[in-house]
Amino acid sequence: MRVMPWLHCLRGVVGRELLRFLHQRSRFLAALVRPLVWLFVFAAGFRMALGVAMTEPYQTYILYEVYIVPGLVGMIQLFNGMQSSLSMVYDREMGSMRVLLVSPFPRWYLLVCKLLASTLVSVVQVYVFLAIAWAYGIQAPAMGYLYLLPALLITGFLVGALGLLLSSFIRQLENFAGVMNFVIFPMFFLSSALYPLWRIREGSYLVYQIAALNPFTHAVEMIRFAMYERFNAEAVAISVAVAAVLLVLAIVGYNPSRGMMARKGS
Amino acid sequence: MSEANDAAALALEVGGLSFAYAGRPALDDVSLAVKAGEFVVLLGPNGAGKTTLFSLITRLHDRRRGEIRIGGFDVRRQAVQAHARIGAVFQQPTLDLDLSVMQNLAYHGALHGMSSGEAKRRALVQLERVGLADQRRTRVRRLSGGQRRRVEIARGLMHEPRLLLLDEPTVGLDIASRRDLVEHAHRLCAEAGVAVLWATHLIDEVRPGDRVAVLHRGRLLADEHGETLTARLGVETLGEAFDRLVGGKETACE
Repeated sequence: MRVMPWLHCLRGVVGRELLRFLHQRSRFLAALVRPLVWLFVFAAGFRMALGVAMTEPYQTYILYEVYIVPGLVGMIQLFNGMQSSLSMVYDREMGSMRVLLVSPFPRWYLLVCKLLASTLVSVVQVYVFLAIAWAYGIQAPAMGYLYLLPALLITGFLVGALGLLLSSFIRQLENFAGVMNFVIFPMFFLSSALYPLWRIREGSYLVYQIAALNPFTHAVEMIRFAMYERFNAEAVAISVAVAAVLLVLAIVGYNPSRGMMARKGS
Repeated sequence: MSEANDAAALALEVGGLSFAYAGRPALDDVSLAVKAGEFVVLLGPNGAGKTTLFSLITRLHDRRRGEIRIGGFDVRRQAVQAHARIGAVFQQPTLDLDLSVMQNLAYHGALHGMSSGEAKRRALVQLERVGLADQRRTRVRRLSGGQRRRVEIARGLMHEPRLLLLDEPTVGLDIASRRDLVEHAHRLCAEAGVAVLWATHLIDEVRPGDRVAVLHRGRLLADEHGETLTARLGVETLGEAFDRLVGGKETACE
């Protein structure tokens, strides 16, 4: 098959996702308000209680707000990835997933297009958030914002593939809310998003070990280092590897007839 | 397979198809063939297996026994070619309500590998055919149920399929819209040479001259022209023929 039709397919899926995103202003607002509340309320309060000593990749002592921003970037992507899988479960029930799947392109390609589309939506959210943070005074080096982009793409695929994988195993929409609690919150809290690993270690060695194993920790560190113009090879390698494995599992495990089957056998 | 063979092949060929949901049989040894330009009504009560059959043809479900070919292409081994020849209108509405008619159609065109110019050109041709070209910039949410269905038909035909599948497309429509839609689909068959498989549980959607395939509890009980069927069973109407076939327990709606 020629290359152009494949690109048209990709453009179509990405374009639709962005259009839908533009139409769902409340979703955009919610995606933005969540990290901003953390930044303005939670971090501002913690600032007094918790200073962060000099730690890589930062060159000086930093305020807690500065520390927490990369974690909140990860959080935006985590929520977006899960929400987009939720919408795939929803789509599957509502039938628009069928429209996607009657396309003659191979299923793996359609899923990759879909994941890239939701990742790009999260990238838009992240940059809007970072612009607000910039205005608030949390400013990374200019080039850092560019180096961040590939890190965001990797993280987007990681969480998106995870969401897709979960959605393949969740038969009903109702169960998804529970999984959100059992996936999003543990992943976020048991990571270096809110506190540096060495700080967690002082508190609890067990939590530290879990956080060190958590792929989200490595994604957040990859984002943190990229923002400050540094390349954290270990974090990037782990994030890429986990994203690749999850992607393969999600594609292999994706079964479009799930969810539909349980309800109607007509 | 060459294009010449493609044109000569049956639009749809289903052979010895069986499928079960978690051990419960949904289709049992179904065989069905539809020629180019033929209009076949797949008639059966709710739960007969119509949607299952469509899901297998569009490869939404895949664990099955038997064979399915579209225009001569096996849907499993030659999925790309087979899928490119199917247009489908599903039972549930599948349009994006917040997007315009044209945006919905352009998305479908892209999914079939068309450039955006090509997709718009083809979409316009199909929208004119269903009489909705003026509404192309309207958000789907503002269209009536009948108009939405026509948009879905236009969408299903954009890539010029050999076979158009319609799964109870008149559900939720008023009588006039239903009649229009049935007529429109017949015209398509006659004018464009598209093979149509029209699933319904409504007997009055069968027109004289239509071939009727009666599906009941996953089995194909009859597959012939309406007139032949009534004559064979010695009854006056298709309704009686249907009752006779399914044992009178589950009646399709008149």
